[in-house]
Amino acid sequence: MESLIWGYIYPNEAEIQWSILIVLYPYITGLVAGAFIASSLYHVFGKKEIKPVARFALLTALSFLLVATLPLVTHLGHPERGIEIMFTPHLTSAMSGFGYIYSFYLIVVVLEIWLSFREDIVKMALNSRGWKELLYSGLALFSYDISEKALHDDEKFAKKLAIIGIPSAAFLHGYVGFIFGGIKANPWWSTPLMPLIFLMSAIVSGIALLILLYLASMKLRKHAIDHKCLHSLAHYLWIFLILDVTLELLEVISMKYESLEEIEIINRLLSDKIATTFYGVQLGLGIFVPFVLLLLVGIMKNRETLKMIMISISSVLVVIGVFAMRWNVVIGGQEISKSLSGTLTYVPVFFSQEGVLPAIIILVIPFIILFVITRILPPWKDMEEKV
Amino acid sequence: MNLSRREFAKIGCRIVIGATAGTAMIESIATNGIAAENSPKGDYNWKEHYWGYLIDTRKCIGCGRCANACKLENNVPFDEPVYRTWVERYRIVNKGREENVTIDSPNGGINGFTDDIPAEQIKKAFYVPKICNHCENPPCVQVCPVGATYSTEDGVVLVDYNYCIGCRYCIQGCPYGARYFNTEKGTADKCTWCYHRITKGLQPACVEACPVGARVFGDLKDPESPVNKILDKERINVLKPDLGTKPKVYYVGLDREVR
Ligand code: SF4
Ligand code: SF4
Repeated sequence: MESLIWGYIYPNEAEIQWSILIVLYPYITGLVAGAFIASSLYHVFGKKEIKPVARFALLTALSFLLVATLPLVTHLGHPERGIEIMFTPHLTSAMSGFGYIYSFYLIVVVLEIWLSFREDIVKMALNSRGWKELLYSGLALFSYDISEKALHDDEKFAKKLAIIGIPSAAFLHGYVGFIFGGIKANPWWSTPLMPLIFLMSAIVSGIALLILLYLASMKLRKHAIDHKCLHSLAHYLWIFLILDVTLELLEVISMKYESLEEIEIINRLLSDKIATTFYGVQLGLGIFVPFVLLLLVGIMKNRETLKMIMISISSVLVVIGVFAMRWNVVIGGQEISKSLSGTLTYVPVFFSQEGVLPAIIILVIPFIILFVITRILPPWKDMEEKV
Repeated sequence: MNLSRREFAKIGCRIVIGATAGTAMIESIATNGIAAENSPKGDYNWKEHYWGYLIDTRKCIGCGRCANACKLENNVPFDEPVYRTWVERYRIVNKGREENVTIDSPNGGINGFTDDIPAEQIKKAFYVPKICNHCENPPCVQVCPVGATYSTEDGVVLVDYNYCIGCRYCIQGCPYGARYFNTEKGTADKCTWCYHRITKGLQPACVEACPVGARVFGDLKDPESPVNKILDKERINVLKPDLGTKPKVYYVGLDREVR
């Protein structure tokens, strides 16, 4: 263990407190926020190109949202007391709002999904028998009004809801950034840019995930891909990548330029501890390569298959790059000592309450949820009509 | 009964809000007895005191008795790298025009220190005992999401072990590395200035164990207390003053290398 420590760390720092599970937490909420914002491109901003994936994006957001609390609760010393955060929140804590913001957002997402699927639900309730009828009638809340007017009202309400949804998605995730950004004890975390950086990377990761899931679903269902929709998503991905990289670089550059007391340890962190994951994965593979690929996609004419491959590669890289970004923040910040005189190394364990195995399990669950809910609420109606 | 969707939604909202508010109220009434609001039992009145701590680094000889006494007194696990108080050693070696600072605190200094740099190379060396600063503006209290970490009326920062959820945000929030995770309790833990002793008129274990009087404890409200006597005449510093935490552990003879 000793050899993993360089310089002097406070004796109590030998143990890394926030492990890989806490890396997952902002990663997952980021995917949620990103997917939701992608869907609101259609629902709020009326970007018709996005329509084929708009409802799928909502289901994706919900699937990940449902597991977002898991890594947190699993890592608590007293998981059974976790609910106290709702009953007796201590309001000066950036963490205390989590329960409320999370619940509020969950309600918004569920309502939004309900409204945009209501017509289908009612039709399915009316056209099926037995347990299926019961299921869909239940989902329809036993109200079967799908007249022109009712649907129009639904749509209006859904739009209003999505308008509330955007700031709450932004808040949900910007707020996660503040959990880190508000810690003055840690020079690698403490920056007012943190919430914005988190938000931008959330949006990129959400859009990239959506692209991948969309392509995968179409392949699985052997349906043609809507290239217009795909390119539009790729376009937004590219724009948000630019915003993201600007903020991320701004943070590091201003730290280096101002060269405060902590700069030596930050430099060591960047050049030694997280050099590969920061410059290599987060910035290089996660931002630079996709940026160039997507730029080419934008310039190229025709050659749809090649473009699709380039977009897929970019999306995979972005999803990995954003994970690296979460890692660099959460783990990187704990690999420097608050004595500013030393560093330590986090060695993940595989089998343990806070190990890699539970992390993998938690990351797989949303895909299973998504698989199940797309069976119950098929989001592809519009597509099928067209194909 | 045939409810329209709108009415249905309205009623639903009311039920949810009502239920949440109701539980929250009952819960807060039930937990109002938590330690944060009550003076310790007995004839001790916490309104009459405001504790402070002083460390004279010039006196410390690095014997580590304080750190040992603390682990014994407070059942701090001996076989884990966790400490409520520890002693750091600073050795400054000349390297041409550059100075090289070596800091260490093997096992928190409990077993003392060994000489592994030849004495003739060392320009300057000193020990610095560390402990929770019981900050007046404590970031650990600020960040605790459930209020399990709190400041007492008599100026001590404590953890309510029956309430702490073990999220470890406070450990991240303390700039001094004063907190650790107690694996037995599943909660955050740290120095209490031996609250069980000081409320009975005794001294903290570390202060009592120090053979050279480098650690001084006393009531800041009492002008005659040993801490105030020293504060009155010495030049004082605290750790990381720029963070605005307002520590109540005061240092005499603090070197610029100490963070
Ligand atoms: S030294 Fe750390 S643990 Fe102690 S009161 Fe200050 S912030 Fe809290
Ligand atoms: S570990 Fe306990 S005391 Fe510390 S912030 Fe979390 S709940 Fe509060």
